[in-house]
Amino acid sequence: MKLARKDILGIRDLTVEEINLILDTAESFIEVSTREIKKVPTLRGVTVMNLFYEPSTRTRTSFEIAAKRLSADTINISTTTSSVVKGETFVDTAKNLEAMNPDIIVLRHSAAGAPHMLSRVVRQRVINAGDGAHEHPTQALLDMMTIREKKKRIAGLRVAIVGDIAHSRVARSNIYGLTKMGAKVAVAGPSTMMPRFVDRLGVEAHHCVNDAIRDADIIMMLRIQTERQDMSVFPSLREYANLFGLNRRRVALARQDVIIMHPGPMNRGVEISPDVADGPYSVILDQVTNGVAVRMALLYLLSGGN
Amino acid sequence: MSKKRVVMDSEGIERSLTRISYEILEKNKGVEDLVIIGIQKGGVVLAERIRDKISGIENTKVPIGKLDITLYRDDLLTSSRKPRMGKTDIPFSLDNKKVVLVDDVLFTGRTIRAAMDALIDFGRPRLIQLAVLIDRGHRELPIRADFVGKNLPSSLWEKVNVNVTSEKARDEVVILENT
Repeated sequence: MKLARKDILGIRDLTVEEINLILDTAESFIEVSTREIKKVPTLRGVTVMNLFYEPSTRTRTSFEIAAKRLSADTINISTTTSSVVKGETFVDTAKNLEAMNPDIIVLRHSAAGAPHMLSRVVRQRVINAGDGAHEHPTQALLDMMTIREKKKRIAGLRVAIVGDIAHSRVARSNIYGLTKMGAKVAVAGPSTMMPRFVDRLGVEAHHCVNDAIRDADIIMMLRIQTERQDMSVFPSLREYANLFGLNRRRVALARQDVIIMHPGPMNRGVEISPDVADGPYSVILDQVTNGVAVRMALLYLLSGGN
Repeated sequence: MSKKRVVMDSEGIERSLTRISYEILEKNKGVEDLVIIGIQKGGVVLAERIRDKISGIENTKVPIGKLDITLYRDDLLTSSRKPRMGKTDIPFSLDNKKVVLVDDVLFTGRTIRAAMDALIDFGRPRLIQLAVLIDRGHRELPIRADFVGKNLPSSLWEKVNVNVTSEKARDEVVILENT
């Protein structure tokens, strides 16, 4: 089996077979991270560039660890310390990096579509590590891997996604992926955080969080972007926490074996109460562990077989 | 279409595995520090069979593990064929152990090279021995087996398949020839 594509730009254009291949491969990679010597020689001589135009700890570290465990060389470029601050355009930066001949470029950018543009101007393989409010494919893959690990399947499950659906690339990628894999997705959030024509995405949309959560197998809470608060998307954090925050009382509406996910970073006490975040049904840290395995699988599947 | 020729039936396979099991015990003077590791996928079932036989003869359980060598292949970045990765599961330390690697067919020797590199990443075994059901020749590396079920001279364009499953009666070794 081979992943017959140059780039990973979004979940939207992956097939069910490709998603299954990536998740199966990622499952096999879990073991490498538990070894005493956490390194295999597979990608020796492969260079991975992490090009991050937005701050990130989790995703960048996860990609870096994934590459290093496969023996690839990694270079991290964060734009606050690069020539971008001197006014270089995105395409010029890309062309210069291309000239140094890396094999894979991992890009995070605040503009939707930036990875697609990058993949057209450079010959390297491109992995989208989050582009604006568009897609975050590796997050959705690690979420699906965690669901499959805990529930042994994805098809037929009911997944509630709660929060800022309109501005969340995590929500969008997960909606594409989960519906493709046969899950039923319900979303909930204030009207100001609902994308227009949300039902065209094939999801149930609710304005009352309880309706979305009821009988859910999985609850996925999204980070409230407090930096957007001055955009008057919602009146106050306290009101948001009251109306949409996940607490123990709301968790009780879901199925008894519900699992609770959050892509991080969490605002404790806003979208999720601390006792829920640290509670027994929380799989938030499993998501992080699986993130390394999913990224190893993608680097591995994209390399080789040229 | 390819032509199929059976070169070993289930009884033949069974006898070879019995002999190999006794040879392993003879060469290692018992089961002390002995562990058995099957190479995914073909070697895993054979390793289990050998382990069961040895455990039966000596009346003790010998540790068993499985090893996937995909990540150690030397043709990953050049070959267009991408095998689906299997699981590696070695739930014990290899330090100072006598490791018997088990595979179904010994051919170029590249799989065994990869397997040895992988094992050394897990620890420092006292020694590594190799048991294979079929040795079909055509080595490309200086590697030989310590225990061989059957030497099977073959042509490069032939394919040797060991079909061994949990359903013992249907076990067979076949040569497939492209016609």
